[in-house]
Amino acid sequence: MQFQTFSSPHTRRPNSVDKVMLQVILALLPGVLAMTWYFGPGVLVNIVIATLSAVAFEALVLKLRKRPVMPTLYDLSAVVTAILFAIAVPPLLPWWLTVIGMAFAIIMVKQLYGGMGYNPFNPAMAAYVLLLISWPIPMTSWLPPVVLSANPLDFMQIVSAIFTGSPPTGLEWDAITMATPLDEMRTNLDQGHMISEIFQSPLWGDFGGQGWEWVGNWFLMGGLWLIYKRTITWHIPLAFFAGLTGLAMITFLFDPESYPFALFHVFSGGAILGAFFIATDPVTACTTRKGQLIYGVAIGMLVYIIRTWGGYPDAVAFAVLLLNMAAPTIDYYTRPQVFGHGDNHG
Amino acid sequence: MYVESSKGKIRRLWDFHGGLHLPDNKRQSLQTDLTSATMPARLILPLRQHIGESAIPLVKPGDRVLKGEKIADNTAPVCAPIHAPTSGIIKGIEAHPIPHPSGLNGPAIVLEVDGKDEWADLPAPINDFQNVDKSLLLQRVRESGIVGLGGATFPAAIKLNPGKAIKTLIINGAECEPFITCDDRLMQGAPDRILNGARILQHILGAEECLIGIEDNKPDAISTLRSHLTDDDSIEVVRIPTLYPSGGEKQLIRILTGQEVPSEGLPAQLGVICHNVATAAAIADAVLEGRPLISRLVTLTGEGIANPCNMEVPLGITAADLIEQTGGYTGKSSQLIMGGPMMGFNLSTDQVPITKGSNCLLAPSEEEVPTTGSALACIRCGRCAEVCPVNLLPQQMYWFSRAKELEKVQDYNLFDCIECGCCSHVCPSHIPLVHYFRFAKTESWAKEKELQAADHAKKRHDFRIARLERLDAERKARLRKKKENLGKKKPVKPAAKGEDAKKAAIEAAMKRAAAKKAAQQSPPKNTDNLTPAQQKQLDAVDKHRAETTADQE
Repeated sequence: MQFQTFSSPHTRRPNSVDKVMLQVILALLPGVLAMTWYFGPGVLVNIVIATLSAVAFEALVLKLRKRPVMPTLYDLSAVVTAILFAIAVPPLLPWWLTVIGMAFAIIMVKQLYGGMGYNPFNPAMAAYVLLLISWPIPMTSWLPPVVLSANPLDFMQIVSAIFTGSPPTGLEWDAITMATPLDEMRTNLDQGHMISEIFQSPLWGDFGGQGWEWVGNWFLMGGLWLIYKRTITWHIPLAFFAGLTGLAMITFLFDPESYPFALFHVFSGGAILGAFFIATDPVTACTTRKGQLIYGVAIGMLVYIIRTWGGYPDAVAFAVLLLNMAAPTIDYYTRPQVFGHGDNHG
Repeated sequence: MYVESSKGKIRRLWDFHGGLHLPDNKRQSLQTDLTSATMPARLILPLRQHIGESAIPLVKPGDRVLKGEKIADNTAPVCAPIHAPTSGIIKGIEAHPIPHPSGLNGPAIVLEVDGKDEWADLPAPINDFQNVDKSLLLQRVRESGIVGLGGATFPAAIKLNPGKAIKTLIINGAECEPFITCDDRLMQGAPDRILNGARILQHILGAEECLIGIEDNKPDAISTLRSHLTDDDSIEVVRIPTLYPSGGEKQLIRILTGQEVPSEGLPAQLGVICHNVATAAAIADAVLEGRPLISRLVTLTGEGIANPCNMEVPLGITAADLIEQTGGYTGKSSQLIMGGPMMGFNLSTDQVPITKGSNCLLAPSEEEVPTTGSALACIRCGRCAEVCPVNLLPQQMYWFSRAKELEKVQDYNLFDCIECGCCSHVCPSHIPLVHYFRFAKTESWAKEKELQAADHAKKRHDFRIARLERLDAERKARLRKKKENLGKKKPVKPAAKGEDAKKAAIEAAMKRAAAKKAAQQSPPKNTDNLTPAQQKQLDAVDKHRAETTADQE
């Protein structure tokens, strides 16, 4: 009898890239729903636009590169990039900016480097930074949480704002948008206000901005679920928070009226999303255990430094990209000790 | 962690990095009792059934051999002899499919079975092995053709002469590969043979303790062995956690002693020697009965095999004959694996014989061992590094292997990879990582060979240049001498006196006559009176001869 031959091992654990990506998408859902709840359905519209354009660009480039299109589309990595990007940008971002962002993320940052697994930079964050420094106004015009909004928008108004790029009839941009809590904090501090004064505003919740902190909470749930499912490990998120809160605590103890307390930083902006979903992107992060700890701590510290003294209030994207550059080097210097190479010889 | 070993002792166990909890699939082949295979019409005995040099046949086609008679051996240091598993006639010594991942044929002795099963004169049993010279025991182990039966097939006698003080003898009964149960069956069925083997090994090595490590998914084997221990044994049966690959020699030594075998080193450096349980049993047979290694236990399992079981089979029976005896195939499997699902290799045909290292024939169904689709890109998720028992970084090694950056991949300790398959098993992109590492290893070896060959060529070239220079210098020196001689004036002979001149003339005439006579008596040589062309050829030959002799200097 003749038989087929394969290379050992012959067994496989039934997991696959698309399952990993699907788990990430599922873990993002609670946070996405919370965002919809607090900031209206704009984020959902953005997710749809981003996903469609990301998949389209991925298919286009794969065709140009003469690669099989379907298996790569099924791995869902483009979808994850699209969702992360859409969550990070303001809910009323004009559609064409989303499309430009996705074109840059998929074509330039991912496929031109060789596609899935070869990109040195996190595509969603690279696209976010590109738009932020090219179109700073629309990229920083956030909506207030629905509960605080003087002019809550309905679904059709939001869709028209996204697709026309102009505010709903009878309203000015300034009337419906506002800065993010982090931005608010920075601006007020720069104007010489005390922290205790700043927190008088109804904008604030317990730790961060109203609504923002709860969105963060739900992302935290999703992130913990990913750790429980072993899709990610605890190393990068924990190190990230350690780096962020460590610095924040030092400055807070030093001058509590000029530096907000540590948890404010955790529950503001993209810190939680960044710690669990962006810094842990396996392709662009460190792979050694020690390296992941260094990587996480460094991102956390950079987030704090950029938020506190840098030019932009939203720091996660910059911090992640900077550490993406350093990841291979960190990996190289943090290789684990191989069995039989130590001095454990009796 | 601490476990209670036999004799009520508490032992500390260590763990190694990574590893996998695999579904063990061992029940299928443990449903039935151990049976013996019936002798087929012919046996195929490959000349290489062990690591090291191939054996050289001691028989020729047409010879009649008896059961247990040595039919092949080699004087090389790393080799084990091969014995006839039954009596019969040597049909031929020819190329035949052999159990090897390459699927290539190899030289094998074909023995036509005569059915008489007539034993040869075996060496006398050595019952009081404590009181005989160790060299005699070593000789017996070697002459009985015993190799590592766990699958590595390293000649056992070599491991018994480590040249270092050995403190601990480890008997490996872990059997961590899924599906395989032949060691389990042996431990349950022949505990005394294993323990006797362990006692003999301990005596030969002078080891003060002997640990038998068995995974805790084999409670029956553990209790059976423990119940057969005697009071004066310094043997402990240690229950270790079930975690693949705990049966790897280095991993088991780490679990039981906490020490790591140095990279590129041997367990003996730590004062440890490790043998498989089946090897210990075979050594007991050889010493206490004089019986050479001519059969072994084989697990037949998988949904592709009608009646999964364990059998005692003669070496040389083909997989086809063996599976037919148990009731044939079910047709549920498209592959046949020799060994386990993690480290075994596919057979392309079932005409290959069972050899000393064959512990299992596995014909898995698609449900048991799913075939995977094509590999996707690596997403650097790091799961491979999490499960690697050697603590390597497979994802980085894969990168470098793919790019053929051999130095880089060796820098990442490629040669510490034990090919256990954990990384491939967990890879979400289904990348055949082990396959890449084997590729990188063979490429590295090929490169090494190339370098050696280039080195050798360079040496020869340098030598030739040096020789030509020397010849040139010698020629020049000769010419110089000649010139000097020409430049010197010949001394003028003093004018001879009359008588002297006369004498000289007579002498000269006599010499001429004698020369003429000699020339007429000796036959003409074929080198006399040559044409210039022939002379040229001759000169060339002489020159070449001179050169080659110079080469050999």
